Amino acid sequence: MAEPILDIRDLRKSFGALKATDGVSLDLRPGEIHALIGPNGAGKSTLIHQIAGSLKPDSGEIRFEGRDVKPLDVAARARLGMGRTFQVSSLAPEFSALRNVMLAVQARQGSSFRFFKPVMHDRSLTEPAHEALARVGLSDRADVSAAELSHGERRQLEIAIALALGAKAFLLDEPMAGMGPEGSQALTTFLDGLRAEAPILLIEHDMDAVFALADRISVLVYGRIIATGTVDDIRNHPAVREAYLGDGA
Amino acid sequence: MTRETTISIVIVAGLLAAAFIAQAMGETFYITLATRMAILGLAATGLNIALGLGGLVSFGHAAFFGIGGYAAGILATHAFNSEPLLLGLPGTNQMIVIWIAGAIAAGLVAVLIGLISLRTSGVYFIMITLAFAQMIYYFAISWPAYGGEDGLSIYVRNTFPGTNTLAPMSFFLICFGLLVIGLVFFALIRDSRFGAALQAGRQNDTRLAAVGIGPFRVRLVAFVISAMMTALAGALFADLNRFVSPSMFSWHMSGELIVLIIIGGVGRLAGPLAGAIVYVLFEFALGGITEHWQFFLGLILLAVVLFARGGVMGLLAGRARHG
Ligand SMILES: Nc1ncnc2c1ncn2[C@@H]1O[C@H](COP(=O)(O)OP(=O)(O)O)[C@@H](O)[C@H]1O
Ligand SMILES: [Mg+2]
Repeated sequence: MAEPILDIRDLRKSFGALKATDGVSLDLRPGEIHALIGPNGAGKSTLIHQIAGSLKPDSGEIRFEGRDVKPLDVAARARLGMGRTFQVSSLAPEFSALRNVMLAVQARQGSSFRFFKPVMHDRSLTEPAHEALARVGLSDRADVSAAELSHGERRQLEIAIALALGAKAFLLDEPMAGMGPEGSQALTTFLDGLRAEAPILLIEHDMDAVFALADRISVLVYGRIIATGTVDDIRNHPAVREAYLGDGA
Repeated sequence: MTRETTISIVIVAGLLAAAFIAQAMGETFYITLATRMAILGLAATGLNIALGLGGLVSFGHAAFFGIGGYAAGILATHAFNSEPLLLGLPGTNQMIVIWIAGAIAAGLVAVLIGLISLRTSGVYFIMITLAFAQMIYYFAISWPAYGGEDGLSIYVRNTFPGTNTLAPMSFFLICFGLLVIGLVFFALIRDSRFGAALQAGRQNDTRLAAVGIGPFRVRLVAFVISAMMTALAGALFADLNRFVSPSMFSWHMSGELIVLIIIGGVGRLAGPLAGAIVYVLFEFALGGITEHWQFFLGLILLAVVLFARGGVMGLLAGRARHG
């Protein structure tokens, strides 16, 4: 079995008395889509925050490509190759879609301390940015400011940014939320191909998408993973049916 | 060329034309007014890098303005008295040397202030930058070697190769030249990779960090560049008045620079200059009639904040575009 890209061991995080992450262990292997499902408030986003570095775990281990990332801040983890999207889109609202992606391209090139060359005439920035936008189907919206994009388009833009970063793993927090059936369908097809580029930790409520895409599924309830397995394992898991999918699922 | 650039060039050219018309009419006082506009415009353009592009509301930029001013005053005094300054180094009356010394001194102080203040944001940042500037203000007041509360006179305006700086037009052109360089520098930074990171951080620093760019370093560098440009203007201001005093360090000065930017247009290329023009005209037109002219300026400020968010530049050039 290939070495996991992302390896989480016994992670714990409490907010006061609330155990938002309660001994979570989970890994992400090359080429896979690992879906993380669970009811609202289960601690899915909190887990992503700790992986990406925007929240500090109380204890436990997070390794990325074998390296302990706990001492690293958000920016340093992104430079290692964590391509993260936010449950609530987080973009530079005044910048166009293109400029939002260009920011990722320049970050990837490691060159933000250049003071005199105008970015809009710099094809080493604009070309990869246009490519990333094309891949998510946002080419015709390149010049629209992020603030004026629709909700679904902002989700797509976040994915384009992660692509432009050359992420080694994608951490996607409910990328399909608010996208509408056609958008979800298109994104499902896209993510299906994306796993060959880099593995995806996918948090998603859309069960059709999860069952269509996931190589493995982990179920998080009250901060604990109650089951991990293939689509069939999870579908037939009694505790999962009870805790999460409900009868008839 | 964008509308923003065109309008900016028109404003800058207008200032130059006004000085030449004043010269032709023999009205040296008006040349001095134009010089004041250029210097305050440059000081506020420096602040505009931190405040406009980076969203760093520094309420302490008087510190840098004053450091530039005192660099001019102190170096000129030592040159005048032929007393060595420190480590046996002499003073100087060469503007170019003074500018470099003032900018470096302000840059170093900005590193220190920035390292501490940039760990905070919002109101805390405003208060900490204010506190540092006030510390320097009280230090200047209690430093008798350089005039203390009374300030320091520059007996002969410092010199610049190839011109007689005492001629009002010559000195105006020096200040105008530096203003133009400052504005070009601002535009280049704004459009560069560094500027992209800085402006993205103002809009959303979570996003900046998520692509792997640490906001802190970007802001620190911007803060230092910003301080150096404001210090340069401070040195010119000292030479304009041939006098420096602790008031250059006072919070009124910091507030004035912010007001110029708000009136002219936050983050806009010629915003600070437009603000400086309005400010100096107001001071001139109403200052003679009532000593409460700043009250009327306050009304303008209020009107801008309530009805014309983009300031003068917003009215003339429309909303800012970010490509
Ligand atoms: N910063 C925080 N402070 C306190 N409680 C929090 C914080 N963030 C999340 N929580 C709580 O932790 C629990 C898990 O939240 P979250 O990770 O957002 O759940 P999910 O993404 O699975 O819906 C929720 O009960 C939420 O209210
Ligand atoms: Mg969530």
